[in-house]
Amino acid sequence: MSHAGGSLLEASGITKQFGGLTAVNDVSFSIPNKAIVSLIGPNGAGKTTFFNILTGLYKPTLGRVSFGGANITGGRPDRIMSLGLARTFQNIRLFGTMSAVENVMVGQHARMSAGLIGSILRPPRVGREERTVRAKAVEMLSYVGLRVALHDQLATNLAYGDQRRVEIARALASEPKLLLLDEPTAGMNPQESADLTRFMERLRDEMGLSILLIEHDMKVVMGVSEYVTVLDHGEKISEGDAQSVRNDPVVVEAYLGKQEAERQRQESGEG
Amino acid sequence: MSTATAAPGAKATDPSQNGSFGLPREVRIGLAIAAILAGALLPLFIDGEGGFIDDATIALAYVVMALGLNIIVGFAGLLDLGYVAFFAIGAYTMGYFGSLFHITADGGEGVHILVSGPAAELPGIHMNFLLIVVLAIIATTIAGMVIGLPTLRLRGDYIAIVTLAFGEIVGRIAINGDEIKGFGTQLTAGRQGITPVDKIDLPFLEAFNSLQLRPWYWVAFALVLIALFVNFRLVDSRLGRAWIALREDEVAAVSMGVPLVKTKLLAYGTGAAFGGVSGAFLGSYLNTVNADQFQFSFSIFILAMIILGGLGSIWGVVIGAVALSFINNRLIPDVLNDVPAKIGLDFDLTELSFGIFGFLLVIMMVLRPEGLLPERRRQIELTAGVEDLAVDDDSYEAKVP
Repeated sequence: MSHAGGSLLEASGITKQFGGLTAVNDVSFSIPNKAIVSLIGPNGAGKTTFFNILTGLYKPTLGRVSFGGANITGGRPDRIMSLGLARTFQNIRLFGTMSAVENVMVGQHARMSAGLIGSILRPPRVGREERTVRAKAVEMLSYVGLRVALHDQLATNLAYGDQRRVEIARALASEPKLLLLDEPTAGMNPQESADLTRFMERLRDEMGLSILLIEHDMKVVMGVSEYVTVLDHGEKISEGDAQSVRNDPVVVEAYLGKQEAERQRQESGEG
Repeated sequence: MSTATAAPGAKATDPSQNGSFGLPREVRIGLAIAAILAGALLPLFIDGEGGFIDDATIALAYVVMALGLNIIVGFAGLLDLGYVAFFAIGAYTMGYFGSLFHITADGGEGVHILVSGPAAELPGIHMNFLLIVVLAIIATTIAGMVIGLPTLRLRGDYIAIVTLAFGEIVGRIAINGDEIKGFGTQLTAGRQGITPVDKIDLPFLEAFNSLQLRPWYWVAFALVLIALFVNFRLVDSRLGRAWIALREDEVAAVSMGVPLVKTKLLAYGTGAAFGGVSGAFLGSYLNTVNADQFQFSFSIFILAMIILGGLGSIWGVVIGAVALSFINNRLIPDVLNDVPAKIGLDFDLTELSFGIFGFLLVIMMVLRPEGLLPERRRQIELTAGVEDLAVDDDSYEAKVP
């Protein structure tokens, strides 16, 4: 699929095998600038594996990933992140014994320059940098809506929803162009999910971000995505705008099983 | 929008204040200044030629090593069981460039760089102590990174095994190095040891001698201050945060832009450098560089210091190092040594010293596993984050962005 505004990320022919198991099979995929794109599919479809390939945690067996025109296939995760590709994790991975602010400061690691000697001698330049980074961390935490009283609280002590916020703030602090969110609404109630949906649109409109979303909550996916790609058993079975994917019989079948899909088709035929 | 340092309930758990022990900032600074003044003035009140100042000087050298190991194990969480290697490399640097060891250097004339006094007349290589310290730092930093490289892909216990092996390799080379000859010299002097070693020779000061120990004490004390400064600066810096992040969750840390290899190697290199500095000092102070000093048990000795004091806790490590070093060098051999004889047993208590350390550590692990002065983060890790905080109920009902 090609996009009018140009692609930010382009993945072509991505295949990942673990031993004899093919987790992702020949998936091609692209993300346009300033768009929200979703990756959906049943459990075990290979969504998170695909995510990990994009962010450099896994090297693809075959295929090529380019980001902003640069080839990042199998590159080091920290380099890929510094190019502007930040992520959150399905099961929140904050640094538990660091405060919320410190977590977000780690997110800015790639945007800082202090080295070993600078950290020890702390010349004015490094002192300034520390203050700027701390201020930005506070700003980001407020942007995602973490109460100021919780900013210096240890991450491990925060409530679940707040941990999700800190994780998003940590990713945002790295000044990404593309934000990858791995099931961000997991464990949220419908109200919280709806709020997060609006927040994602705000990120796109205010910060000019592209967002790649892995999500099970179809309400969120259909509400926010400009494009949806469906994976099943590691293969791309459908893609397009939310409406066309929703009505694609292959997708219904993947989610509900063949019998159920046929039953639905008959029902809609009769009705 | 202000930072939340003033927010109630948040202050008590602010982890950025390393080793706050719940004390207000002013009290902490006051205590630190008092401790530093007491340490600096101590030699004036004790016999400058006696056994106590001797033990105290060695204790300070051990503190430097413990603070170095604290960077590797306490901050970056890389369990290093071969720290003795850096002690050895630092000490041999001293032996190589400040003794009669290379007796044939420059055709027996000797090489002398910025040295005065008797050493300037002797054959062998003789360099100024400060230059030797710089060389020791370079050598141990490189060694630290070399040992770090094979451990980069490893985690936890496996790192410990590789570093243990590295420590043993260096120790074995030290013992058997007298068999390795070339260029008219040997690699090491084995168990015979390199002796005598040049005394410290600092600019504007008289050369040190082995009777007056106060100057030695003050040099060791200055090294401790430098090590403390570096520890405190690093723990609250970009690098320090990266170490803690890697220690907590490697995958998350690299995904947040922390370069794995560079960050880990910097921990190894920085920590090792202190082992080298302390080793060079001890080589000169003890007047010998002997292969028997560099045994595996020494790595454990230093590691026990930081565990006793509290992994990652800077003041805790100082206390742990001073305590264990005094138990080892004074309490067991001098104070308690006649206890077995008094109760009718016939053995030398010093033979049991590692048994005693082991017993102490077991007691610690039962009573206070986080160490004497625990570091906040480690305490949380050990108690699995069980902490009752006054978080308002409404924060659970997330007002999502």
